Amino acid sequence: MTTTSVDEIIPSKSSLTAGQLPRWTPLAVGGGALAVSALVMLLIGFNLPGWIVIAWLLFVPSMFVATRAVEGHQAGVDRLWTVLVYSAFALALLPLVSIVVEVLTQGLPGVVDPGFFTNTMQYATSLTDQQAVEAGTDIKGGILHAIVGSLLVTLAATVISVPVGLLTSIYLVEYGRDGWLSRAIVFFVDVMTGIPSIVAGLFGAALLLTLVGPQDNLMGFTAACALSVLMIPVVVRSTTEMLRVVPNELREASYALGVRKSLTILKVVIPTAISGIASGVTLAIARVIGETAPILVTAGVATRLNANLFSDWMMTLPVFIYRQLQNPTAPAAPGPSLERAWGAALVLIVIVMVLNLASRMIARAFAPKKTGR
Amino acid sequence: MSKSIEAIDLNVYYGDFLAVEGVNVKIEPRTVVAFIGPSGCGKTTFLRTMNRMHEVLPGATVKGQLLLDQENIYGSAVDPVRVRSKVGMVFQRPNPFPTMTIRDNVLAGFKLNGVRMGRKQADEIVERSLKGANLWNEVKDRLEKPGSGLSGGQQQRLCIARTIAVQPEVILMDEPCSALDPISTLAVEDLIGELKEHFTIVIVTHNMQQASRVSDKTAFFNIAGTGKPGKLIEFDYTDKIFSNPTEKATEDYITGRFG
Amino acid sequence: MSTQTRGSKVAQSTETQVETQPPAPRPRDNAAGRMGDKVFAAICLGAGILILLVLAGVAAFLVRDAAPAILASPDELGRDTTFWGYVWPLVVGTLIASGIAIVVATPVAIGIALFISHFAPKRLSQPLGYMIDLLAAIPSVVYGLWGATFFGPLLVPLYAWLSENASFIPIFGPTYSAAGRTLLTASLVLAVMILPIVTSLSRELFLQTPKLHEEAALALGATRWEMIKAAVFPFARAGVISAIMLGLGRALGETMAVTLVLSQGPLTANLLNAGNSTIPAEIALNFPEAFGLRQSELIAAGLVLFVITLVVNMLARAIVSRYKEFSGAN
Repeated sequence: MTTTSVDEIIPSKSSLTAGQLPRWTPLAVGGGALAVSALVMLLIGFNLPGWIVIAWLLFVPSMFVATRAVEGHQAGVDRLWTVLVYSAFALALLPLVSIVVEVLTQGLPGVVDPGFFTNTMQYATSLTDQQAVEAGTDIKGGILHAIVGSLLVTLAATVISVPVGLLTSIYLVEYGRDGWLSRAIVFFVDVMTGIPSIVAGLFGAALLLTLVGPQDNLMGFTAACALSVLMIPVVVRSTTEMLRVVPNELREASYALGVRKSLTILKVVIPTAISGIASGVTLAIARVIGETAPILVTAGVATRLNANLFSDWMMTLPVFIYRQLQNPTAPAAPGPSLERAWGAALVLIVIVMVLNLASRMIARAFAPKKTGR
Repeated sequence: MSKSIEAIDLNVYYGDFLAVEGVNVKIEPRTVVAFIGPSGCGKTTFLRTMNRMHEVLPGATVKGQLLLDQENIYGSAVDPVRVRSKVGMVFQRPNPFPTMTIRDNVLAGFKLNGVRMGRKQADEIVERSLKGANLWNEVKDRLEKPGSGLSGGQQQRLCIARTIAVQPEVILMDEPCSALDPISTLAVEDLIGELKEHFTIVIVTHNMQQASRVSDKTAFFNIAGTGKPGKLIEFDYTDKIFSNPTEKATEDYITGRFG
Repeated sequence: MSTQTRGSKVAQSTETQVETQPPAPRPRDNAAGRMGDKVFAAICLGAGILILLVLAGVAAFLVRDAAPAILASPDELGRDTTFWGYVWPLVVGTLIASGIAIVVATPVAIGIALFISHFAPKRLSQPLGYMIDLLAAIPSVVYGLWGATFFGPLLVPLYAWLSENASFIPIFGPTYSAAGRTLLTASLVLAVMILPIVTSLSRELFLQTPKLHEEAALALGATRWEMIKAAVFPFARAGVISAIMLGLGRALGETMAVTLVLSQGPLTANLLNAGNSTIPAEIALNFPEAFGLRQSELIAAGLVLFVITLVVNMLARAIVSRYKEFSGAN
C-alpha cells in the first residue's frame, strides 16, 4: 500500500503508521458532509435541524467507507461504531443541556420577582396577574407556602423512613443472615422499589381514608406516609450496602473485647459506615422532595401557608409547578403563572442538586481513613 | 491475673461438619503455648472456641468442656460476652477501629461498653497499656491521631494494647505476625515474651521458627484429609516437640516433609 | 525502628514488672446488658416485619378500595362499559408510551455509557459520570414543564412534515396537534427522563468489566469495538437488561411528564395529535376531584398499573438470574 499524503503528516516513515488515514480525516469528512447537506438545503429550503440531520446521515457512511477502503474492514467497523457512540453522546446532550438552559433562563425572571420567596399565593388572584400582564405591575404571589410544605412533608417522610430503613438494614446484615425472613424482606424491598409513585400516593390516600374518614384524609401527614413508601426501600438498599462493606474484622475485634452485639453495632459498625449511610439518606431525600404525584393525591393543593402536617391541605414545590402550569391563576393571562412555575422549578432543581452534591461531600469528607499501608 | 485453660473432649462443629475432634489439653497459667499444624487442621477454629468467638459464625457449635480455672465456659448459664472480657484476642490482620483515635482505640473495651471513668484513670490505662505493648514511645505524641494511620506493626501492637487494657486472664493470638514485616514481627515476638509475665498466651502460627522462639509448650494439630476433622496430635514442651517428637506425623511436619 | 523498639523495651520491661496493676473498671450489670441485646434485636426484627406489613397494607388497601369499581356494573359506573372496558385503552396507552420511550432511550443510553466508560478521555469521564447522575435526579415535574412548554412546540414542524409526507403510516395519521401535546412528545420526554437512569446503571457495569478480559482481547489485536463486543458486552449483558427493565418500570409509572405534556383523550392510533392517555396521568388528573365509585375506579386503575410494573420487575429479575451463570460476574 502506498502512503503518499500520509508521509507529510507523520514525519517518520514507519511500518506501524503506514496505511492509516490522517488524523484530520473526521474533520474533513464532516466539513464535506455539512457542505453537501447545505447544497441540498438550498434546493428544498433551509432549516437548521434538517441541515444537521442530513449532514450526519452523509457523515456516518462516508467515514465507514473511507476507513474501510484505506485501513481495512476491521478498522472500518471500529470507526463506524466509534462514530455512533460519539453521536449518541452528542444526541443525548441536546435535551439535557436544553433542560438546564431553559430552567435557568425561564426560571431566573421568576426568582427575582419581589416577594417570590416571602409571599404565598393567598393574595395573588387572576386580577393581579392580569394587571401584571396589561399594566406591567409587579407579579404578585410567591412560593413560601410551597417551600414550607415541601420541607415539612419531606422532613416527616425522612423521620418515618430513616429509622425503619436503618433498623431493617441492621436486621438484614447483622441478625437475619440468610434466613427465610430476611430473604422475604429483601425480595419485597425490591418489589417496593418498583412501586410507581402514583400508586404509593393512592396507598397513602387509602390508608388515611380508613383511619380518619373521607373528610380529613388529605393532609401533609398522609403525603409523608405515601413518600415513606417510596423512600424506605431506597434507604434500606443503600444502608444495607454500606453495612455490608464494614469489615467483619471490626465486629470480631469488638466482640473479643467483651462488647455486646447491640453495642458493637451501635458503636462500631454504624460509626464506621455513617458517611455512606448519610450519603444514601441524602440521596433518598433528594429523590422524594421532587415527587409530585403522591402529594397531588394526598396533601392536595393550597394557596396559603399551612405549617400543620395533621390538618388541611398543603402545598409543595412540585405540586405548585404542576398547578401553575395546568391551572394558571389567570386562565386568560397564563404568563405570570408560567413565570412562577419556572421560578419554582429552578428553586426545586437547586435544592435537589445541593442535596446531591452534599451527599457526595458527606461520603468523601467523613469516610474513615484507609489504613496507612 | 492469669488462669489455666483445660479442654476436655472438645468437639467443634460448623453446622453438621465436625471440624475439630476430641481435643484434650491443659494450658498452665503464665505460659506461652503455640499451636502449629498444616492449613485447615483446625488450630484457628480451636483457638476461637477458647473465648467463644467460634459461635459468632452462623451454625457454628461446640460440644465438650472448656475450663477456665475449673469453670466451664460452655456452661449453660454462662454469658459469652463475659467470657470474652476475660479471654482477649488478637487477630491475624491488625484491625484498629478506623473511626477512633489511638487513645480511643486503647480505651475501646471500656468506651464501647459504656464504662464511665475519670480523665486521670483513662490516661493511666492508656499509658500503661501502650507501655505494655511497647508502643508508648512511638505514639505518645499523637494519641489523638487516627489509629489507622500507624504502620502495620504498630497497628498490631495497638491491638495488643487494646486487648491488655481490659486486663484479661488469657490472650489468644491468631497468627498475629502473618501480615507483618520481619522487623515488626520481631517487635511483637519480644512483646509476647514480656506479656508472659502477666498473662496466659495461646498463639497460632504457621511459622515454626516463631513457635520455637516464643513458646514454652507447643501443640501440633493435624488433619487426615479434606473433609476429615482436625485432631490434636501431640502436646509437649517446645524443646521436645522440635528435637524429639513422640509422634511420626509431628516429626514429618517439623522436618518439612509435608505441610 | 528496630533499634528504637529494642532500646525502649529495656526501659519499659522494668516498668511493667515493677508495676502493680490496679483492677480495671468493669462494665455494669450483666443481665441488663443481655436484656438490651435482646431488645435491640427485637426492634430490628420489628422494623423488618413492619416493611412487610406496609407492603401487605399497600396491596390490601388498594384491593379493598378497588373492588367496588371492578365488580360494579356499567350502569353503576355511569358509562357504557365495565371497569375493564374503561381501563384497557389506558393500559394500551401506557404500554405504547413506555415502549416508544424505552426503544428510543436504550441505544442512546448504551452509547453514552460506552462513551463515558471506554471512549471519552480519562479526565472527562468522571465529571461526565457525575453530570449524568445529577441529571437522573432532576424531578419529573421539571421534565414535564420542559416538555409541555419547550420541547412539544419545538417538535410541531416535524409533526407537520410527518403528517404531510408519512401519513400513509397510521401512527403518523393525517392530523397533527399544533401545540405538540401528543403521545409521541410524551414518549420522547419519557425517553429523555429514563436516559440518565439507564446510562448511569450501564456505565457502572461497563466500568466493572474485568481489566484482564479487556486486555486479553486487546492483546490479541482486537480493535476497540471488537474488544467491547468480546469482553464488555458479555460481562454486562444481564445487568444492562435489568437496567433497561428498571427504566421501563420507571417509564410505566411516570406520572407528571405525561400528565403535563399530553392533551388526553380516547385511544387513537394517531400519535401526532391529542388523544390517548396513560394510567398514571388519568389518576393524577382526576383523583383530586373524584369521590365514591369514581375514586374506587381510579384506585383500581392504579392497582392494574402496580401489577404491570410488578410483572416487568419480576421479568427483569428472571432474566438477570438466567444470564448470571454466563456473564462471568461473581
